[in-house]
Amino acid sequence: MSEVTMDQPAVVTDRGPLPSYTLHQPRLPRWTPAALAAAAVVVGCGIGAGAGLDSHIQWGLIAALLYVAGMFALATAVEGRRQAKDRLATSLVWVCFLVAVVPLVSLVWETISRGATVLDGNFLSHSMGGVLTIQPGGGVYHAIIGTLEQVGIATAIAAPVGLLTAIYLVEYGRGRLAKAVTFFVDVMTGIPSIVAGLFVLSFWILMLDNGYSGFAGSMALAILMMPVVVRSTEEMLKLVPNELREASLALGVPKWRTILKVVLPTAIGGIATGVMLAVARIAGESAPIVLLVFGSQLINNNPFEGAQSSLPYYIYEQWAAGNEASYDRAWAAALVLIAFVMILNLVARGIARWKAPKTNR
Amino acid sequence: MDISSATAASPPPGPGDTAAPVERARPAGRAGDRVFLALSRGSGILLLVIMAAIAVFLTVRATNALSHNEGNFLTTFEWSANSTPPVFGIAVLAFGTVVSSLIAMLIAVPVAIGIALFISHYAPRRLATPLSYVIDLLAAVPSIVYGLWGALFLVPHLGGLYSWLNDYFGWTGVFEYHDGAARSLFTIGILLAIMILPIVTSVSREVFRQAPKMHEEAALALGATRWEVIRMAVLPFGRSGVISASMLGLGRALGETMAVATVLSPSFEIGTSLLDPGGGTFAQNIASSFKESGELGKDALIASGLVLFVLTLLVNGAARMIIARRKEYTA
Repeated sequence: MSEVTMDQPAVVTDRGPLPSYTLHQPRLPRWTPAALAAAAVVVGCGIGAGAGLDSHIQWGLIAALLYVAGMFALATAVEGRRQAKDRLATSLVWVCFLVAVVPLVSLVWETISRGATVLDGNFLSHSMGGVLTIQPGGGVYHAIIGTLEQVGIATAIAAPVGLLTAIYLVEYGRGRLAKAVTFFVDVMTGIPSIVAGLFVLSFWILMLDNGYSGFAGSMALAILMMPVVVRSTEEMLKLVPNELREASLALGVPKWRTILKVVLPTAIGGIATGVMLAVARIAGESAPIVLLVFGSQLINNNPFEGAQSSLPYYIYEQWAAGNEASYDRAWAAALVLIAFVMILNLVARGIARWKAPKTNR
Repeated sequence: MDISSATAASPPPGPGDTAAPVERARPAGRAGDRVFLALSRGSGILLLVIMAAIAVFLTVRATNALSHNEGNFLTTFEWSANSTPPVFGIAVLAFGTVVSSLIAMLIAVPVAIGIALFISHYAPRRLATPLSYVIDLLAAVPSIVYGLWGALFLVPHLGGLYSWLNDYFGWTGVFEYHDGAARSLFTIGILLAIMILPIVTSVSREVFRQAPKMHEEAALALGATRWEVIRMAVLPFGRSGVISASMLGLGRALGETMAVATVLSPSFEIGTSLLDPGGGTFAQNIASSFKESGELGKDALIASGLVLFVLTLLVNGAARMIIARRKEYTA
């Protein structure tokens, strides 16, 4: 490779402005990618409309293809092969980014625009009791109650267990048991939610002969939540500087008090974040609910007795009803669920920023 | 014995006999220490017990179902676990699960690598940080919402693309498409690809960020273009990380339930065409046929769930093993 791509050396400026084309490689002007992208979009739409392709996905794909090919051809002609490859990689990366953003934006947009039509105070404060699925009206109150109770119980089970396991792994863990726990926590993270549901089904409902209830669902959710809490808490405890532990132990404080009074308070922000992210994750789980909670149209405030509903299950149910009024309710419930999950996420990240452990001490 | 191993993290004793008074001061907190250690170790053991219990309970119910099965569990193209005699087999489910997950991987992994590179090396910093936030947030969108979007938005929009594929590639048999709702394995693949994109992206991004800066700068100093830097310094470093990220994504795709159950229109046949509706996956079949199942039907579903469990266990275990080996290697 003998091309020289550097700017002109300082020596040249002393002798005045000499033509420096031997040192310069011809470059495309900076606005080329933007212009080409615009052209590709126009031509793509033109071809799409001209050929009568009714799917806008195809229009976009044609435009993207035109852009990548055009950029490569142009760069090969002007800048040479190496630069052309670089341009090709850059445009592919940009196209990847756009390809990924489009469905996600569309998902959020559809949910908001179609969900907002039905969502109002009435929708949030009424159940589906006495409402036929083909009628408009009805609401999501019973599902919100169900979700809050099931997720609350799951958190009450999973958070302490996860927290203590993480403390064990970081503060005490040595030897084969700790290694086994670490490995199986990783494996547990990957358990499909439906399998957790099947386990609770076989154990709690089929073997112990309990009925369908919110609590059964909570147990499956807790199984899904534990490894997430362990993982995030572990990371946070590892960030606590060892000097703090050593200082406390050197003052004669027992280890358990050191952990409770020094280590945990230092990492509490991160731990809270991890737990909230885990809550956000399980709040959207619907597969175990289908198997264990069974779904209901009515308000059931008791999670230990009888079928309940939950937001994800409600969406599934309304979708399965298959008519316009129930689709509207499904979108509105999806909007409520996404809002709930996103608020949890944002608050969690806010706490993480606000109470980040000061590692630079 | 446990207490002594537990204190190994405390600072090493200083020179001389300063260690002796520390030893003597310890008994005050010993009872508390013992309780705390027992509690935390107990939680760790509880996790192991849960994992073991999942395997044991699923196996027990599954053997019960298999002993009543009149068909071949592996090769029967039918799921009539509630009829007498019960006949069911996982051939169609295994095919659908593997095919849809592979389609998802084929689409998602290259795109995810692209986005990860975009965030770590291409995007201006002002864009990169919020972007990685957004990607993380997207991982939190519940799967049922993806399912709803897939069924009511994606499916109607894919019909045109499928007819086009049928016109030009229909002769392969794989891309044959007869008009109708596009609730097929290929649609599932696309939807799963969108769903696993965030996790594959965020793991790959972390790996790419860790690529040694010195190598990149050395390559740049030698006059390499940005792509050459990535090809020579970043990608070789991140290869194992990307592989394990993809396998984590594969694990997610294999076990995805509700999105598949809402979008796919299931059938117990294996057709050559991926674009025509039909087929099924393990998780989808469990969710869809659960409510009509009797005792034995539920056991049969649990048997198929056990296969899914083992499958995801293998995939995730392999991914974790690659990550662990890489950690040792880079440490």
